[in-house]
Amino acid sequence: MSETGGVPPLVPEPDQVSAPFWDACRRHELVVQTCTACGRARYHPRPMCPHCGSMEHTWEPASGDAVLYSWVVAHRPVLPALADRVPLPIVLVELPEGVRMVGNLAGDAGELVIGMPMRVAWVDVTGTCALPAWRPAG
Amino acid sequence: MAATTAAIAGIGQTEFAKVIERPEVTLACEAAAAALADAGLAPADVDAMVRFDLETTQDIELARNLGVENLRFFADTPHGGGGGCATLGIAAAAVETGRADVVLCWRSRKRGSGRRPWATNDGAIAGEKQYWVPFGLARPVDQVAMMARRYMHEYGLTEVQLGHVACTIRAHAQRNPAATMTKDMDVATYLASRFVSEPLRVPDCCLESDGAVAVVVTSLERARDLPQAPVVLVSTAMGSGPQTVGMANYFGPSITTSPAAACATSLWERTDRRPADVDCAQLYDAFTPLVVQSLEEYGFCERGEGGVWAEAGELAWPSGRLPVNTSGGGLSEAYLHGFNLISEGVRQVRGTSTSQVPGASTVLVTSGNGVPTSAVLLGSDR
Repeated sequence: MSETGGVPPLVPEPDQVSAPFWDACRRHELVVQTCTACGRARYHPRPMCPHCGSMEHTWEPASGDAVLYSWVVAHRPVLPALADRVPLPIVLVELPEGVRMVGNLAGDAGELVIGMPMRVAWVDVTGTCALPAWRPAG
Repeated sequence: MAATTAAIAGIGQTEFAKVIERPEVTLACEAAAAALADAGLAPADVDAMVRFDLETTQDIELARNLGVENLRFFADTPHGGGGGCATLGIAAAAVETGRADVVLCWRSRKRGSGRRPWATNDGAIAGEKQYWVPFGLARPVDQVAMMARRYMHEYGLTEVQLGHVACTIRAHAQRNPAATMTKDMDVATYLASRFVSEPLRVPDCCLESDGAVAVVVTSLERARDLPQAPVVLVSTAMGSGPQTVGMANYFGPSITTSPAAACATSLWERTDRRPADVDCAQLYDAFTPLVVQSLEEYGFCERGEGGVWAEAGELAWPSGRLPVNTSGGGLSEAYLHGFNLISEGVRQVRGTSTSQVPGASTVLVTSGNGVPTSAVLLGSDR
C-alpha cells in the first residue's frame, strides 16, 4: 500500500490527543484510551471522559480481538489516493474493551458476516505510519 | 406556544440543473428576489438573515446586492445538510421574540460545477476525520453505507426496500417540471444499477445539482396581510443525540439511531399535532436509508417498518399512507441540502404541489440526519 501514481497515501495527521494512539500503531500495538478515574475505555481519542468528566487517562493494550460490526465495499469514483484499491472493503469492528473502530480488511477475507470474530493485523502505509487492519479469526 | 407565531410568507427558487453557469451569489440573489416578490415584500422590509455555514454567499453580500438597509439579526446554522430546517427554527425564534420582522433564509449551491467537499481529503487527514478517512471511508456514501449495512442486520431492511424508496421518489419527480432526474426507474432497473459503496447503489444517492431556494419568514400576523396564504411554523426543532459524529457516527450507543430521534422528541413536544396528523412528509434524502430511518424516528411507524412501508407503497402519491418527497426530493428533483424540501412543504400547505395531497394542512420537513439535524412542522393557518 505504498504511493500509487505519485499520489500520497491517506494517513492520519496525529495531534496532541491522538499521537499516543498512532505512535502505538506504528509499533504495531493496538491501545485504547482508558479513563484513570472510572476505568472506562473510549474511542475516538479525546481529552475528557464522557462518563465521569476526568481528564486523566492511560493508553491500555487491547487484546487485538474484535467482532465484525458492519462493513462496506467502496467502488469508484473515489479519491485519487484510493483509485488503485477499489473495490475497497472497509470494516467497523467492536472490541471486547467496549469501543468500535473503523479499519481496513487484511488480505483476501472471503465472505464477511456481521458478528464474525476478527483479529488485528497491521499495514505499514509509510515509514512513519501503520494502520490497523482486521482479518477473520480462526 | 409563544405570544407571536412565525409563518412562511414567501418562497422563491432558480431553475435546477446539473450545471448552471451563473455564479452562486447570482443564484442566491435570484432566489431571494423571487421569494420576496412571492411574499409581496421589498428588500427594505428584510431585517434579518439566517444562513447555512457551508453557504459560500455571505449574508452581507446578499444584503448588499438586495439593498437591505440593516440586518438587525443574523445567524449561521452549522452541520451542513442538518442545518436547513434550523435556519427556519432560528428565524422563528427571532420573530417570536421580537428580534426580527422579516427573515430571509436561503441555500444557493453550485455543487455539480464545483468540487465535492469529500474530494478535498488529501494526504494527511487532521481532526476527527483522521479516525476513518485514512482507511478509505472518505465519502458520505461510504459513511451512510456502513450504517445501512448494520441497519439491514438489525432490522431486516432489504435492498429491494431501498429500491422502492428511490423509485417512489423518482415517480414523484416525473410529475414535477422543475425536477432534473425524471428517467423511468423500476426496482429491477434499480437492482441492475452499479454499486457506489455496497450495499448502496447509484440511485440510492442524491443528485449533483446547481440552484438556489429562498424562504421568507415573518410573523403570522403580518403574513395574514400579505398575498400568499401563511404557512405556519407549527413546531421547529434541532437535535444532536449522544456521542454524535458527523456522518461517521459509529462510536456512540447505537450506530443505527440517528440524531433525528432526539430532534423528533423536541419537535413533538412543542405541538399537540401527532405523526398521524401529518398529511405528507419531505424527508431528507441524501441517501435512501436516511428516509427509512426518518420514517421510524419521527414516529410514523415502528423500528424496522420503514422499509416495509416503502415496499407496500405507503410513501407513494396519491395512494400511500404518507406521501414522501412529493417534488422528487434530493434524489430526483435537485440536491440543495434539503432546501427544496422546505419549498415543497410550503407548496403542499398552499395546495400548489404537482403531487398535491388534497387538503394537506400538516407537513413535516426534515434535514440531514446523518449529522446533528433539524426539522419543521408546517401547517395551514386556522
